[in-house]
Amino acid sequence: MPSLIEAKGLDVYRQGKEILKDVSISVNKKDFITIIGPNGAGKSILLECLMGTFSPDRGEINKKDNISIGYIPQNFNPDNSMPISVERFLMLRKKIISEELRVISEETNIFSILSKKLSNLSGGELQRVLLARSLLGNPELLILDEPAQNLDIKNQLNFYNLLNQIYLKRDISILMVSHDLHMVMASTKQVICLYHHICCSGEPQAVAKDPEFISLFGNDMAKMMSVYQHTHDHSHNENLND
Amino acid sequence: MIEPFLIRAIIAGVGVAIITGAIGCFVVWRRMAYFGDSLAHSALLGVALGLVLGISTNLGTMIICSVFAILLIWLQQKKFLATDTLLGILAHAALSIGMVTLSLLERSVDLHSYLFGDILAVTNHEIYLIFFGGIFVIIFLFYNWSSFVLTTINEKLAKSEGLNTLLNQLLIMLLMTIVVAVSFRIVGLLLITSMLIIPAATARQVTNSPEAMAVVSSILGICAVMLGIYLSLHLDTPSGPSIVVASVVIFISVLFFTSLRKN
Repeated sequence: MPSLIEAKGLDVYRQGKEILKDVSISVNKKDFITIIGPNGAGKSILLECLMGTFSPDRGEINKKDNISIGYIPQNFNPDNSMPISVERFLMLRKKIISEELRVISEETNIFSILSKKLSNLSGGELQRVLLARSLLGNPELLILDEPAQNLDIKNQLNFYNLLNQIYLKRDISILMVSHDLHMVMASTKQVICLYHHICCSGEPQAVAKDPEFISLFGNDMAKMMSVYQHTHDHSHNENLND
Repeated sequence: MIEPFLIRAIIAGVGVAIITGAIGCFVVWRRMAYFGDSLAHSALLGVALGLVLGISTNLGTMIICSVFAILLIWLQQKKFLATDTLLGILAHAALSIGMVTLSLLERSVDLHSYLFGDILAVTNHEIYLIFFGGIFVIIFLFYNWSSFVLTTINEKLAKSEGLNTLLNQLLIMLLMTIVVAVSFRIVGLLLITSMLIIPAATARQVTNSPEAMAVVSSILGICAVMLGIYLSLHLDTPSGPSIVVASVVIFISVLFFTSLRKN
């Protein structure tokens, strides 16, 4: 089956520095890929290359014809100087019917805040609104750039749970940049560890053991992930015994 | 009977208030107040250019302001200095070169009327300019409204939906140059930013959508112009500053009443 997006050998230079070096990635149907990497590793640029909003200096990107992509940008901070309601923001430049808006509002639990002002939302509410907007038009792929970055731990968990529900319910692929690997481990199928080039990639468990991963994130992160794995295996076995 | 000069003043003022009110919202949303101010400063070089070349000063202003906007975007992309530093350099360079050029001209120029405006001396030619420029700006804003608003809310999101955000940014700046070029004779170069900002900032207090803010901003601008002209006539005060004083009074009253209502 053809990929939704396939990128081969992407190179990006900025001010003489190599931001991306020979990065190849492919996103297929029903994939759930999490990209991790230190700050300045080129994660956001990679997402922008894949969406086509930034052109790489070298490399080739193939997308499925007429692919529709939903996107949540990093650090979305609505300015208080513009009065705009959540509902108006969702409809901005979108041709949607009220039925779709209703369904998605319920799916993302924002129905009660549709008339609120965008700049008055709490962090968790705002991310749910962005998620709702990215889902309008029924995209095949969601590209999320650190969607839970500015949330407290409770809201982070809620957001990732919601995202996982949407992933399970819809026929959708997810490509996400996130530092909260311990939280997204359960749903992530593939982890890509990026530091200008792809250091390692694979299933979360395998990546955590990779020497390149340990050298990039240190033993603590690797340990944290294996702690998670333990609890995961545990509950998994319990389910088997039931 | 109303004097013809007064009718001209009111027509010109209403036209200016409508366009500055609408585009002024973007000035407030995009934090372009200093850009507007700098643009207005550079307009003096445009006036000088117009006089030197023997073309209309409005056209000279439009040319210089457009060059100014494009130069700024180009320098911004290079990212070697902060935007406000760049604006400061460009604006004061243009203002000073304009002043030097004007002083070298072998004719007397009523500098005061350029700096502070003179709505009561507005000519028919200037009214045509305001209305042609204004209709162009309004139509352009109307058809690109959602794109401009989305670009203003979040550039990355707009880009991901296929919008050319750099082009949008440039277009908003060029619309501002048109507004400044056709309306600087009304309140003057030094005060044009206030017509862009104060009605929009006032409208922000009482509206719930970007569209409503633009419309209310224009209406408040019209009120300020009317009140300003009235003040100017009865107290024999300079018209440009009187209009600004009127819009500040409206701003403070609205602020007062909205905070009263909240408590």
